Amino acid sequence: MRIYAVAVYLFLYIPIGIIALFSFNAGRHASQFQGFSTQWYGKALANPFVMDALGTSLIVAFASATLATLFGTMAAMALQSVKGRLRVAFDALIYIAVMVPGIVIGIATLIALVTVFDWLNPLLAAVWPVAEAAPRLSLGYGSLIAAHGLFSMALVIIIVRARMAGMDRSLIEASADLGATPWGTFRQVTLPQIFPGILAGFLLAFTFSFDDFIIAFFVAGSQTTLPVYVFSSIRRGVTPEINAIGTMVLGVSLLLLVVAQAILQRGRKAG
Amino acid sequence: MRRQDLKTWLFLAPAGGWFLAMLVLPLIVVFVFSVGERGAAGGYVPAFTFENFLNLGARWAAFKNTLILAPLGTLICLLIAYPLAYFLALRTTPRWRTVLLILVIVPFWTSILIRSYAWIYLLGGQGIPSLLNALGLGNPRLINTPFAVLVGIVYGYLPLMVFPIYVALERLDKRLLEASSDLGSPPWRSFLQVTLPLSMPGVATGCMLVFILLMGEFLIPAMLGGGKVFFIGNALVDLFLQSRNWAFGSAVAVALVLVMLVTVAAYLRFTRRWAGGRDDVSLM
Repeated sequence: MRIYAVAVYLFLYIPIGIIALFSFNAGRHASQFQGFSTQWYGKALANPFVMDALGTSLIVAFASATLATLFGTMAAMALQSVKGRLRVAFDALIYIAVMVPGIVIGIATLIALVTVFDWLNPLLAAVWPVAEAAPRLSLGYGSLIAAHGLFSMALVIIIVRARMAGMDRSLIEASADLGATPWGTFRQVTLPQIFPGILAGFLLAFTFSFDDFIIAFFVAGSQTTLPVYVFSSIRRGVTPEINAIGTMVLGVSLLLLVVAQAILQRGRKAG
Repeated sequence: MRRQDLKTWLFLAPAGGWFLAMLVLPLIVVFVFSVGERGAAGGYVPAFTFENFLNLGARWAAFKNTLILAPLGTLICLLIAYPLAYFLALRTTPRWRTVLLILVIVPFWTSILIRSYAWIYLLGGQGIPSLLNALGLGNPRLINTPFAVLVGIVYGYLPLMVFPIYVALERLDKRLLEASSDLGSPPWRSFLQVTLPLSMPGVATGCMLVFILLMGEFLIPAMLGGGKVFFIGNALVDLFLQSRNWAFGSAVAVALVLVMLVTVAAYLRFTRRWAGGRDDVSLM
């Protein structure tokens, strides 16, 4: 039984390990390790396309995770006192957002936004004082942030809600009985208790957006996120530079995950 | 309107608006487009026809591949995941359990793109095939085969299968196992008559999650199938980004969603029966 478990863990981690190992390969050869070198990291970080894509990915991940955390937390709190049809509708939307595969979300967002933009752009041009200077809506940062934010928000609502379910309601009543304002109660009682959930939700949302390929593939427009860039370079051939980028991407997600897990675990013990 | 109600509405408005604009509206557009027609230069022309759905056979190969490899991949994931989940839930100390569990979950949250890429590396000409060749075991072609796609699937989705099964096994009342053994059951019988039936809700949840995600898979077949083993997802990318046949593409997407809805409905019926009406199967 133990040997079996070890074998499964090796299966899970050896492929990632090999990518990381070969990212430090001095040579180009894919199957022979020809000495230690960090030259591929240097090459990747000096590549303007990589840096551009990385910048886009970071902006999108940060913006979508921030908005999703803010609106998701607000919704999770409000949903506590909501019952009936509205509650059912929200629960359904949350599950649909999580369950519908990314590819369908990507396609649906693409054709919906392109249709709406095709319809709005002439309108904007007509009402704008200077027709030539009228803004043209198109796919890009906005659509990436909105599409990633959708999934992330559902995720944050689920995590924050789970955290609230474990919360001691009597503390809130006690706080109100002692004369605290609703805002004071929120800041001093509720927030400290649900904060681990909010922070973990933010980190998972960030990781999701940073790693997502399929939704970005459809809605990125003229922008390129890092996964989209990596996908198109793999199509052109496997290079050690991709190993270096891949290792860095894995490193970033690993770091965020470990932090998120640590926060959730500590929160669980404290709460 | 009471003040409390107003506050609730204000707090729900941004999330509700977001869901409406980015989830409900796009899904409605897909349904509307699926009964439309293709424009002369691609795109969409309004119409009301079921032509697109009648033409789904044109992409039969993609449906066939998906409907064979997705259940097969789910089954292999299950067979590999169950013993591991069993080990984690019943054969480890609590301290190790947390660490080992995190080690299972972590890969799921890292880039599936990079993890599939790792297998291009391993299964490609200079990876495992050249190793086998050096050992005198021939030089099989592994990459761009259904086998490679299955390996990628198992590698990608194993963590998602382990977790729900683990949760079901961990919740299992250990006294039942003691009772079973006190009453003279050999371990294998206790397993078959107590552990396995009680873990079925977890098995069902894991299978449903993996199957649903596999139905919409694009990356793994694109990277490890090399255009020879393609799924519905690959057909969708082709229809929307290359041939720009939005109406037909929408019909394919609707068909995909319908297959998934049927799966979820079957799952709900199945778990209701196993859980005996108790709603203790969590998805997260």
